[in-house]
Parts: sequence; C-alpha cells; structure tokens
Amino acid sequence: MRWWERDPWLELAQVMLRNPFRTLMSSLGVGWGMFMILITVGASNGLEEGVKADLGSRVKNSAFLWTNQTTMPFKGYPKGRYFRLQAADVAHLEEHATTLEAVAPRNQLGGWQGGNNVSHGMKTAACGVYGDVPAYKDIDPIVIMEGRYVNQKDLEDRRKVAVIGKRVRQLLFDKNEEVLGQTIQVSGVNFTVVGVYRSQQTGEDAEESENNLFVPFTTFNHAFHKGDEVGWLSLLIREDVQGDTAMAEVLRLLKAQKGIHPQDDRAFGHWSMAEEHEEMETVFGAFRWVSFVFGGLALLAGVIGIMNIMLITIKERTLELGVRRALGATPRIIVVQIMAETLALTALSGLVGAILGVAALDALDGYLVMQEGNGIFRHPHVTSSVLWTALATMTVLGVFAGILPAARALRIQPVEALRS
Amino acid sequence: MIHLQGITKSFQTGSHTLQVLKGVDLEVAKGDLVAIMGSSGSGKSTLLNVLGLLDSYDQGSYHLGGQEMSKLTERRAAETRLDMLGFVFQSFNLIGFKTAAENVALPLYYQKVPRKERMLRAHALLERVGLLEWADHLPSQLSGGQKQRVAIARSLAGNPEVILADEPTGALDSATSHEVMSLLQELNADGMTLVVVTHEHDIAEGCKRIIRLRDGRVETEGHVG
Repeated sequence: MRWWERDPWLELAQVMLRNPFRTLMSSLGVGWGMFMILITVGASNGLEEGVKADLGSRVKNSAFLWTNQTTMPFKGYPKGRYFRLQAADVAHLEEHATTLEAVAPRNQLGGWQGGNNVSHGMKTAACGVYGDVPAYKDIDPIVIMEGRYVNQKDLEDRRKVAVIGKRVRQLLFDKNEEVLGQTIQVSGVNFTVVGVYRSQQTGEDAEESENNLFVPFTTFNHAFHKGDEVGWLSLLIREDVQGDTAMAEVLRLLKAQKGIHPQDDRAFGHWSMAEEHEEMETVFGAFRWVSFVFGGLALLAGVIGIMNIMLITIKERTLELGVRRALGATPRIIVVQIMAETLALTALSGLVGAILGVAALDALDGYLVMQEGNGIFRHPHVTSSVLWTALATMTVLGVFAGILPAARALRIQPVEALRS
Repeated sequence: MIHLQGITKSFQTGSHTLQVLKGVDLEVAKGDLVAIMGSSGSGKSTLLNVLGLLDSYDQGSYHLGGQEMSKLTERRAAETRLDMLGFVFQSFNLIGFKTAAENVALPLYYQKVPRKERMLRAHALLERVGLLEWADHLPSQLSGGQKQRVAIARSLAGNPEVILADEPTGALDSATSHEVMSLLQELNADGMTLVVVTHEHDIAEGCKRIIRLRDGRVETEGHVG
C-alpha cells in the first residue's frame, strides 16, 4: 500500500462506510478498552498522588524508632521485659552507625500526642510539648516564621526556651503582640519563647503540627524529671542507603546495646518514610499493572471483535476480492489491503477511546481542582509513556487481528470471479 | 498471440479423477476475434480459466505473447494478467461501492499509475464505450448493458494484448447483447485480439472464427461465413 497516497484511504473509507452502523458497533470494543486502560491507570495515579501528598512534606529518608516489650528471653532476661532508650544509646548510634545522617532523640509530655496545659497570663491551651535537638528540624522540616529554632547552645546550657507553633501563638497571644522574649508556662515550668514556626504539611496534619511547641531536649528531661530517658528516635538515613539496610544496622546496634535477642524483631517498633514510599511504589506499580492487564484484556476483546467483523466482510466480499485478483492484484496487495483495513479500524476506534479517556481524566482533574480537594484522590492523569504503551499495544494487537482475515482473503482464488 | 498445444487439465473429485481438458490445441493470432462454443461440461470454462491464468494446467504448453506460461507463481500470474489480459465477465463483476470511473481505473491502480492520469484514462475509456456522462454513477444506477460496457472499458484499461470474455452477453436481452457485441467488434476492428466464450449462436456468428469444444477436445474449428 502506498499509504501516502489518497486512494488506499479513500478505498478504506468506502469499505467502512458501506455499513457504518456495523462498523461502529464492531469497533466500539477497542475504543472502550483504550478508554478503560487510561481511566484505570489515571485513577490509580490520582490515588497515588493523593496518598503521597497525604504523607506530607516529611523528608523522604526520615525514619522513627521506639521501644516495645521484648518477646524473647535473652542473656538471663525474661521475655516481656519493658526497656527504654537512653541518652547513651543515642551517643552509641551517633558513634557507630554508618548509615545515618542524623539521630534525634525525642520526648513528649504525657506520652505520645497527649495534651498539656500551656499558659501565658490568663490564656491557656492544650498543646503537644516536645523535647528536641536541633537535628530534628532536618527530619521534619518546619518553617520558622519568627525568631529561631532550638540550637546546640540551648541544649548544652539546658536553657528554658521554647519554639511554638503558629496555632499556639494564636491561642496564647494577641494578634499583634510581640511573642519573642515572652514567658509561657508549661506544666508549671517557665519557658522563654524564642521562635514561632509553621508546618509544611497541609490540612489537619498542619493544624496538629502547629499546635505543638519544642523545648531543648536536655531542658525537657531536666524540667520534667525524665533523667536520661529517650521517648523515641527520629532518624535521618543517608540518601545513598536503602531504608531497610539502615534500619537493620540501627536495630543490630541497639539490640546489642540493650541486651535484646538478635532475632527479637518485635522489641522495637519502627516506621520509615523510605520503606513506606518503597511499599507504596510497589503497591501502585502493581495497581498500574493490574489496570493495564485488565484494560489490555478489554482491548484484546475489542480487537477480536474487529477481527470477527473483518472475517465476515471478507466472506461478503469474496466476489470483489476474486475480481480484484482476476484484474491483477497480487497476493501481496490483497494482504496489505486487508491488514491495513483491520489496523485502520482498530486505530480509529482506539484513538477515539484514548482521546475520550484523556479528556475524561482532564475533566475530573479540573473538577477536583475546582473543589480544592485535598483528599486522597488528586490529579488523576496518565503519563505520556502510559499513553504510548497503550497505543503501541493497540497497534500490535491490530496487526495480529489482521493476520487471520488476510489469510482468509488470500484463500479467495481469482476463479471466484467467474463462478457467479 | 495465444498458442496452446496439448493442454490437459483434470480435477480430483473425491476418489476419482475428472479429465476436463484432454489435449487442447489452439492458435489465436493477433487481431483475431475467436468464439469458443460448447455445451456445458465441454470444458470451455476450464479452458478460459487456463487462458486467463486463473487456473493451472497439467500438461502441454501455453505461450502467451511468445512467453511460456507454465508453473507461474501467483504473483507472476497476477502481474501477467494485469499487463497482458483484460477480462469481461458474464455478470459484469463491477465493484459495487465504486463509481464507473473508479471501476475502470482499478487495473491502472494496480499498475501504479498516478491518480490523475488514471482518472483521465478511465474517462477516456468511458467516452469510448459511450458512457462518459455516467462516470460518477455507481453500478447499481446503471442498466445491464451499461454495466457490461463499463466492464469492457475496464478490461481495456490495463492496455492488454488479449481480452477474454466469458459469456459477455449471457445476462443481457438480445437488443443489448447486439450492442455489446458491436462494441467488441469495434475493438477488434481497432486491432484488439479477443476470445469470447459463448453458447449463443448469433454472438458466435459475429466473430471471425468459431472453435467448438466437445468433451475436452477441439471438435471443429472454422471461419465464420
């Protein structure tokens, strides 16, 4: 086929438009398959973006580690033992861990996410109160709006200073009141405000984060009688190290340090952003594959529909094809003609489906943006590589669908023309 | 132009073999107008298929325009049909969804003639058969005689050496039959070689020679009048 010429296309149009309704109905399947692939892949992308956005702006290589009960006896200790991390463990990690960028011990008043009465003059608020080291700012980035964050000197001198969240400022101070240098009371202990921050997260997470205040870790332990106890650890893993590798090293060091059985996997709890991300990549990668496979199967069903209609038309066109052969069309011309007809039918339907799919995703995205949704479903879209892969799959299937009809057409002998 | 010698052809039907052509000798000179007659079963359709390279033969030799035609590949056969032969069929066999002009231009399309030239030549051929004003009509809008004239124009399009007509008037009434026959005679007068298979005596009488087939052999061969 000389595809750049007008005639093959004209001929194709003539053939397809002879029975437009049948052509439409039988080629619908490919468009539908294409539409399904794009919609499902797009939706899973939207879900992925939503979930990832929900994880917030936490640094991708951050991790958290806390202690549970031991579940295996070791070195004379029974199982079910409670144990705590201590300042010495932090020092041990800082000294020996090779996979970490930073180790930040943390403590919180009233246990994890407990509310506490914080007051300034007559105003009181229930806030999260944390003891922190400067390194924590690298792990959970916050934006300092006024003043500064906790620094090394604060730690060394056990200064009674506090960095408060935006929301805490709203609750304890008037709008235009100068806060830096002011004194607040935290569970009866006075602290001087040295900074105000806001969160980089959005929505509820941000509100919660901005309702916290940070004081130096050493001050916290002294003021609230924690000794050298560490509530939990925030870790920053080196960027060139896999999350699970780093976690394995940290656990090995800490187990040795705390007299925990090396196989006691439940003695420590941990959560790492990297692992979470890796897991999510895997889950959504699988999602995309499933979408692709099911969409592909729909596409296959559609292509088989086209193959069927081609087989039927070839039966109907026996005389025509015989006449063409008698007039001098070579077998090659016939094969190319039938293959081209099948492929064109497939492509036409598939392109319509693809355009509708992309348009539908676009419309949905537009709607979500308009709703200012910060939900778990954002920006449904398909990447161009998905689009191209889908189109390529369709083309390959279209070519395969043409083989049988072309072979059938080839069996029609030119003598057919005389047998009428 | 056409030289057949001892052509045999048999068909295998189940367990027994049916010998259809039992050694046909035939000579058609350039510019001849030959009628092939014979009752059904005489082998005249098979002979036409062999002449038209639509079917193979078992033994003998077939020279067309000086070239041996044995054991052609399908592709060579198609190319030879395209360049040397024109076909006229009993039931016209125009392609229904193509206009008269497009039908006439079809062999030229296979000869890779550019579209403009193709349409020009198709219109010229339609003018020659007196159907220029019907060029853009579909076959369904034409009468039987008109359809056959379009088919004749199509058979001329590839500039063939020989036109093979299979019962060209078989589907037409007698008045139209004579019109079509006159057209074939005109073409012959212009130098075209034609082989016409027919069972109608008055059509055969319009040819220069009549060859009668009987039971797979040439029975009689003689000049008309």
